[in-house]
Amino acid sequence: MDFSVFFQPAFSGGGIYLDWVLSGIKWTLLVSILGWVIAFSVGSLLGILRTTPVPALRWIATIYVEVFRNVPLLVQMFIWYFVLPEIVPTGMGDWLKTRMPVPEFWNAVLCLGFYTASRVAEQVRSGIQSIPRGQTDAGLAIGLTLPQVYRHVLLPMAYRIVIPPLTSEFLTIFKNSSVALTIGVLELTAQARQISEYTFRTFEAFTVATVVYLVITLAVALVMRVLEKKVRVPGYIGSARK
Amino acid sequence: MKRFALLCAAALAVAITAGPAAAQELTGTLKKIKDTGVVKVGNRDASIPFSYLDDQQKPIGYGVDICLKIVDAIKAELKMPNLKVDFVPVTSQTRIPILTGGNIDLECGSTTNSVERQKQVAFAPTYFVTGTKLIVKKSSGIKGYDDLKGKTVVYTQGTTNERAMKAYNDEKKLGINFIPSKDHAESFLAVETGRAVAFPMDDILLYSLRASAKNPADYEVIGPFLSDDPYGIMLRKDDPAFKKLVDDTVIKLYKSGEINKIYHKWFESKIPPKGINLGFPMSDALKELVKNPSDKGVEACGKMKC
Repeated sequence: MDFSVFFQPAFSGGGIYLDWVLSGIKWTLLVSILGWVIAFSVGSLLGILRTTPVPALRWIATIYVEVFRNVPLLVQMFIWYFVLPEIVPTGMGDWLKTRMPVPEFWNAVLCLGFYTASRVAEQVRSGIQSIPRGQTDAGLAIGLTLPQVYRHVLLPMAYRIVIPPLTSEFLTIFKNSSVALTIGVLELTAQARQISEYTFRTFEAFTVATVVYLVITLAVALVMRVLEKKVRVPGYIGSARK
Repeated sequence: MKRFALLCAAALAVAITAGPAAAQELTGTLKKIKDTGVVKVGNRDASIPFSYLDDQQKPIGYGVDICLKIVDAIKAELKMPNLKVDFVPVTSQTRIPILTGGNIDLECGSTTNSVERQKQVAFAPTYFVTGTKLIVKKSSGIKGYDDLKGKTVVYTQGTTNERAMKAYNDEKKLGINFIPSKDHAESFLAVETGRAVAFPMDDILLYSLRASAKNPADYEVIGPFLSDDPYGIMLRKDDPAFKKLVDDTVIKLYKSGEINKIYHKWFESKIPPKGINLGFPMSDALKELVKNPSDKGVEACGKMKC
């Protein structure tokens, strides 16, 4: 193994191969974190809708979840990138393809965000449904409206309950972000492939990529664990262990 | 017991005498093929007419035909008429690691023999010569490389054309926005849908992509050559016995004139799946190489310096 390859001048763009790695890390973080912002907000909304007493809202959320979580991520990536611009009006399609800044990047963010939202929705729903029915009834009995029951009774507990599975989703989005390379986002995996191709140092390139992914995901897991501890409600879930 | 000892001694004697002799005859790839009973051939999916899939998803093409001649020679050499041929799909990006990793024994596609690749693999004598040009939509108004300033260009990852184009971009400071893609069909799709204005590729592949497009008249291939790209069949390096067998087979095709028949079949006749005739007569450069076979490679960055 010879890691000095990362300090050799890169084939193109000035700089050294390490710069390619850093640029890859930047895009991986951007795609994943922006994707997660979408996934968390849209997913939360859908998860709540799936538990409301209004059938139409429940149906919309259910259809969304089933469509987005049952179509392979790779296929969704291609649909966003290759199909969507062709079925919208020409002017908009042209904007999507050429005039918008870094189209492949925003495509990847939206695709990853909306895909992961379907999974987040299921976690949020299960969190809400794990709270005994009596709490909703009690909230309504003391005169809270249904939105107030969600805001002050159900959601504060539900989110605490689902922090562990949400952590897994959050980690998964970093790993899934590598699928963005298929539509031309030069994120970490794509850069590792490119470096291996230019230098024939496959082993070194992917070793570095592996270590970087591990560092990112372990850091995220750590932050989530601290968060879990901080928001713990004494006497309720997860506090039996001291 | 005595008899058993004698048998052991006899077996040992056979092993001692036969062992080194067999090892001397077969090494490297030939030994691997003999041991496994399979020769693994790497093919491409959209390198028309060199190596691509017909409507039954079977690999066909000019390069595939030449490789099958090599397979025949292997069968004869190893006296294994029932040798199995396994086709393994490869891409521009995976072809070298798959070959060096041992998952294929021959790569029959459209691979440029470059000095840089020769550090990793060996090449059979050149069987086609081409070079980098651009395919653009006629309506784009692009007439030459310098018109690409600030435009979006798509390239297939892992190709020599990628390097030639990037080297040109760096040298002329064109500020091209590059988008990578994984195969030629997808790169062409990017030009077709207007996502990119141009796709740099070996000109012969551009002509065949254009011929299979929905409206061939909408596209044009523009030059001049940004690089020279001699194609060769790839095999693992440092395997002189196998290299000799491959070289001898290709050279025999050249000397016997059989190559002209194969060439005519793929470049000057209707080819599957759409029955297009590329109408691409043999270039003088290739005629010269048929007369004097060579496996010399080119520099990686085309006409620019790396």
